[in-house]
Amino acid sequence: MRGKRNLGDSLFDWGNVLLMVFICFITLYPIWYVLINSFNDGVDAMRGGIYWYPRVFSLESYEAVFKNKGLMTSMGVTVAKTVIGTVVHVLFTAMVAYGVSRKDLIGKNIYMLIGTVTMFFGGGLIPSYLLIRDLHLLDTFWVYIIPAMFSFFDLIIFLTFFRDIPEGMEEAAKIDGANDLKIFYRIVLPVSMPVMATIAMFHGVFQWNDYFTAVIYTNNPDLQPIQTFLYRIVALSGSNQIASVVPGNVVRTVTSQSVKLATMVITTVPIVMVYPFLQKYFVKGFMIGSMKG
Amino acid sequence: MDGESAVPGVQANRPDLKARAKKFGRKFVSQRYLQMMVLLGVAWMIIFNYIPLYGIIIAFKEFNIIHSIAEAPWVGLKHFKEFLTDENLLYVLKNTLGMSFFKLLIGFPLPILFALFLNELRNVRFKRFVQTISYLPHFLSWVILGGILTTWLADVGIINNMLMALNWIDEPISFLAEPSYFWTIVITSDIWKELGWSAIIYLAAISSVSPELYEAATIDGASRFQQMFRVTLPMIKGTVSILFILAISGILNSNFDQVFILRNQLNETASNVIDTYVYQTGITQGRFSYSTAVGLFKSIIAFILLLCANFVTKKLNDTSLF
Repeated sequence: MRGKRNLGDSLFDWGNVLLMVFICFITLYPIWYVLINSFNDGVDAMRGGIYWYPRVFSLESYEAVFKNKGLMTSMGVTVAKTVIGTVVHVLFTAMVAYGVSRKDLIGKNIYMLIGTVTMFFGGGLIPSYLLIRDLHLLDTFWVYIIPAMFSFFDLIIFLTFFRDIPEGMEEAAKIDGANDLKIFYRIVLPVSMPVMATIAMFHGVFQWNDYFTAVIYTNNPDLQPIQTFLYRIVALSGSNQIASVVPGNVVRTVTSQSVKLATMVITTVPIVMVYPFLQKYFVKGFMIGSMKG
Repeated sequence: MDGESAVPGVQANRPDLKARAKKFGRKFVSQRYLQMMVLLGVAWMIIFNYIPLYGIIIAFKEFNIIHSIAEAPWVGLKHFKEFLTDENLLYVLKNTLGMSFFKLLIGFPLPILFALFLNELRNVRFKRFVQTISYLPHFLSWVILGGILTTWLADVGIINNMLMALNWIDEPISFLAEPSYFWTIVITSDIWKELGWSAIIYLAAISSVSPELYEAATIDGASRFQQMFRVTLPMIKGTVSILFILAISGILNSNFDQVFILRNQLNETASNVIDTYVYQTGITQGRFSYSTAVGLFKSIIAFILLLCANFVTKKLNDTSLF
């Protein structure tokens, strides 16, 4: 494409490929290291020196994770908050966005102004905490869902999509006697699958990865998502306070460290499976973000 | 006469106004479902965005758990003065600015370089593969990364293993318990996590550079390096400037999640930043008003920095955020 190739060009290309292979290695190896160590016998792994593949292959750390009631409860909380949180966030934000996207909406400019302010100014940690407390959301499951069910940034992404929906479709439905609510969920939502999928995946990743909400807003171990569980283990690493995670009967081959690694791997698998699908939408989202931000 | 002449005018206006109000009302009723959908969102924003904004006033009050925000007595700038004379201020500011400075110095140019080199790859599939790998770490939570780091940096972890094998050290180093290593750990792990992700926006900017420019450069005998730095880089200068403005204005923002997960009591002198200090004083110590004042102080300085950075870049090369 760019004219003839000479020696300098070829050298550059090979050097560049090597550089990129190196970057890929640097990126993947830390993850690979965790993976192989999680599949190694826990006590054996304490000797160190496992670099490329498990030395003594063992699934017992994973067994310990799946047998641990606390860990399984946390996993359940994470799955529940991710699924419910994402569905609620996407539907609610889309609904508001659809309303605002109608050209003749009374008060549209005021609504947009109210929303734009929220993108730039926030109350901060303590005022938000006081609000959650006053709403009696502390130590409830809904603290994961309700304060995260709307985002004006996501509304703008919906908005740019809804504007492109041909008006004819809605006109036709209106003549058939459908009201706006019906048009929204019968006509607009089904044709908006791509944008809904995008927002759903981004919010899903957020919900899955979020540990901090639980750190400030709950004390109840039964409401603790897996990321918060891991956070407490990581924050306590070094001190032996996590021994309680490991059930007594398997303590010989499993260490708190190997259980931690197995939990990390289990927690990461869904993210690794989902993220390549997000790729298509990155740039689009970025463009919208940089235009509005 | 004057009075009489004015009356018909008013009478002519009134039905008009009434008609307009009626029309407006009818229009509102006809879009009642739309209004209901939007107003639910507005109600959410008032509760979850605007009430906390109002709550900021506790920074100027002596707020405690027993009273409501409105009842708490005003104390003016007391908490701000307290923060500015606090003995912790110095090292908290030093940690915040120090880590941000090195993140900016090293972490800002690296994604640009990565994007430039990635753009030079000839094989499109390989390029896409490298890109996909490169932003995987962005999607891992800091908790997972914290787990990876504590594994790597443990006494029997790979870093200590290697250093011992090379005979550089005799005893394993407890990296996370030593304040002197904290900044390096934070900056390195931040670059590892965000390199590929930060490059995306530059790649998007590069993709809109006209191929004719490269053809012309090749005819003029420009090497690949010259094409990268004399053609591509100047063409994405606008994007670089805008991201630089944002980076400067965020210099008081530490990566809260990252620092929060990696900090402990042993490395506190190197790890406590404004954001963790807000958490520590507010949530741990329950000094609600003081903590809010610190947070507000930070926001105000950040906003001023944004305006300054915007002004400077505008002067330098005609690009600005606003």
